Amino acid sequence: MDENQLAGYADKNQLPPPSERIPVIRWLKQNLFSSWFNAILTVVSTALIMTIVFGLLRWAMGARWEVIPANLKLLLVGTYPVEHLWRVWATVYLIAFLLGFSSGAHGGLMRRVSTVVALVSVVLAILPFPWGTRGWLFGTAIAAAVGFGLGYLGKGIRWCKRLEIVSWVLSFPISLIFLNGVGGILPVIKGRTTWGFMLNLIGAVVGIGLSFPVGVLLALGRRSKLPAIRLVCTAYIEIIRGVPLISLLFMASIMLQLLLPASVRPDLLIRAMMTITAFSAAYMAENVRGGLQAIPQGQYEAAYAVGLNRALTTILIILPQALRIVIPAIVGQFIALFMDTTLFGFIAILELLNITRSIMGNLEWRGTIFELYMFIGVVFWILCYSMSYVSRRIEKTLGVGER
Amino acid sequence: MSKKVSSSHSVPFWRDVRVLRVIGQVVFLVIIAAGIWWLLNNLRVNLRSCGLRISFNFLGNTAGFPISEGLRYDPTDVNGYAFWVGVVNTIRISLIGIALATIIGAIVGIARLSNNWLVKKLAGLYVEVVRNIPLLVQLFFWYFAVMLTALPMVKNSIGLPGSIYLTRRGVYLPWITPAESFGRWAWYIIGGLVVAIAVYVFRRIQLKRAERPGFPIIWAGTILILTLGAGWFLTSGNPLALTIPVLKRFNFEGGLWLSTSFTALLIGLSVYTGAFIAEIVRAGILAVSKGQTEAARAVGLKKLHVLRLVVLPQALRVIIPPLASQYLNLTKNSSLAILIGYYDLMNVGTTIFNQTGRAVEMILLIMASYLTMSLLTSLLMNYYNRRMKLVER
Repeated sequence: MDENQLAGYADKNQLPPPSERIPVIRWLKQNLFSSWFNAILTVVSTALIMTIVFGLLRWAMGARWEVIPANLKLLLVGTYPVEHLWRVWATVYLIAFLLGFSSGAHGGLMRRVSTVVALVSVVLAILPFPWGTRGWLFGTAIAAAVGFGLGYLGKGIRWCKRLEIVSWVLSFPISLIFLNGVGGILPVIKGRTTWGFMLNLIGAVVGIGLSFPVGVLLALGRRSKLPAIRLVCTAYIEIIRGVPLISLLFMASIMLQLLLPASVRPDLLIRAMMTITAFSAAYMAENVRGGLQAIPQGQYEAAYAVGLNRALTTILIILPQALRIVIPAIVGQFIALFMDTTLFGFIAILELLNITRSIMGNLEWRGTIFELYMFIGVVFWILCYSMSYVSRRIEKTLGVGER
Repeated sequence: MSKKVSSSHSVPFWRDVRVLRVIGQVVFLVIIAAGIWWLLNNLRVNLRSCGLRISFNFLGNTAGFPISEGLRYDPTDVNGYAFWVGVVNTIRISLIGIALATIIGAIVGIARLSNNWLVKKLAGLYVEVVRNIPLLVQLFFWYFAVMLTALPMVKNSIGLPGSIYLTRRGVYLPWITPAESFGRWAWYIIGGLVVAIAVYVFRRIQLKRAERPGFPIIWAGTILILTLGAGWFLTSGNPLALTIPVLKRFNFEGGLWLSTSFTALLIGLSVYTGAFIAEIVRAGILAVSKGQTEAARAVGLKKLHVLRLVVLPQALRVIIPPLASQYLNLTKNSSLAILIGYYDLMNVGTTIFNQTGRAVEMILLIMASYLTMSLLTSLLMNYYNRRMKLVER
């Protein structure tokens, strides 16, 4: 029987334990002043918190925050031409629409995520941005709402589900084509110098997306019983994991073109993407291997017993279970990769961190170093923290570690 | 009998799994080899068109660029030695960073399990903030914003108790340097160490035979300290001298100078890695169930013995493997030094590349250095894991 259902059933019938109301004084005594040592710790950490908070507040009052709104467009989308900004918004709409659609069709965590996205865009739209931007922001929420409605209507219809998966998979190449442009129809906008923060996001998504199939193959190869395959896969994984990403990027910037025929000269950004994919594949392989190892031997034996051969056992029985287990690890890897994209600046790709350096080089914004780093830190923190929150929720709903 | 005959005779070789396996592997290897050959051939053709050949002779040429910290080095030294200076700098920042990160991680990890609500939340906040901001942003913050902007010039340096000075040119600390009588005192160190180790081993065997818990390290430590103390008095003149940084006309003199980039890198790496180590320590402590402690107490072990004999061995088994990979991460992350101007092996390596144009050789050298470090670490780890593995019955 479905264990999840059983567990849920038991939960619903169980009454919550009676809540204990603790008076404030007793709570303080229990949690902050239970012994003299604890009392000292409390006093010291209160002092620490006070120093940090007051220091931050005093600095924040005198900070030149105007540097952020003045350069916001530059930070987020780089020098992407203003008359083509609608292409960026179109991609945002596409993602918001798909999020809404999925949330309408499935509910649960998806619904919460898309609600937050819609709410954030509404709240941002209320802030004093230029009117055009506010319109676009409202549009995002509307796109999510429309998606939700359609998803809700299409709930349970078979082809709707297929359409959903296909459009999620297709959304990425479509967005890339949209942002980059295609010869003749949309003018091409070079990514390396003009995309800004979008480069960080796209770098991480490309890295995870492309490295996923490679990583799965590498993981299977490393567990293979054939020594030659195992050896090659293990060597690849260990070599990549043994060197820092920055040395691989260095290699991509100066040596990769030497390894390719003279007629092939990929753009630096393409080379960076290739590098981050190759890098991420090794880590992906180790994550997937962790999932494969968690599958009990009985699953293999049962699959062989019903007459499946090795390949079919792997594809139909083992991988679906293993991949389900490693979803949280992959989200974690995505976060790490997202943060690693700041290293792109090392090979002269103008991503978020590199752009701040050019802003600081501007005489008008001299001495705004704290404000800019604070802004970058907050942007990354919000995105990474919410992703890791989502990942923890997934872990909970999947029940990893409870079976 | 008939089975044996059928398996060796009636299955044609193209359907024999054993043969197919070999063929499959050979095909796989051929494909891989062909790919590598293709890449190398491209490399050969491309290098020839630039008039270059792979050779490591350039390592014997004069480097000609300055390296401001680390081993004694002069721009007239050769490239190979310059690279070695970079390797030593990487090892230096990694070892000190590892020590600091471990201290931070242990303290924060324990703090996260404290029964003091405020301390617990504070430690949690630290971990969540630090882990979710890219390391490079943090390093830039420490280097550009704190070291180079927030700190004062040398003449208005911030003095901390203990003659520590923070300035925009770096950090100055009091430091111990060996005096001329150090050589004589060194004999006492060696002698003391030998005796201490002997006593340690002897005590351990004795305790093991008596099946009694104990702390042989205390005996050994006492002996070592006593020998060193005796040596100090018996050697004429102090073998170690304390030098304190003093502000002269333009700069501090004496003491130990930590460059701005070194300090920023050290703080950045250890604060960042410390957050990850804290989570590992927390998980390790949580992994030892409370019953273990209670049972050990019930058998009558003292509190220290409970920690050393019951809790720590079990917690360490969970902690050490991820801890080692964090140490390795810190070492690899120290390569970001290049972006804040610390002369680690990555930085020196790219500088040599810029001077000589030797891309392939330098990349091979850089990667080989990092690979050696991680290989050594994982060998150590495997040895440790084998020793600590649960003995299953």
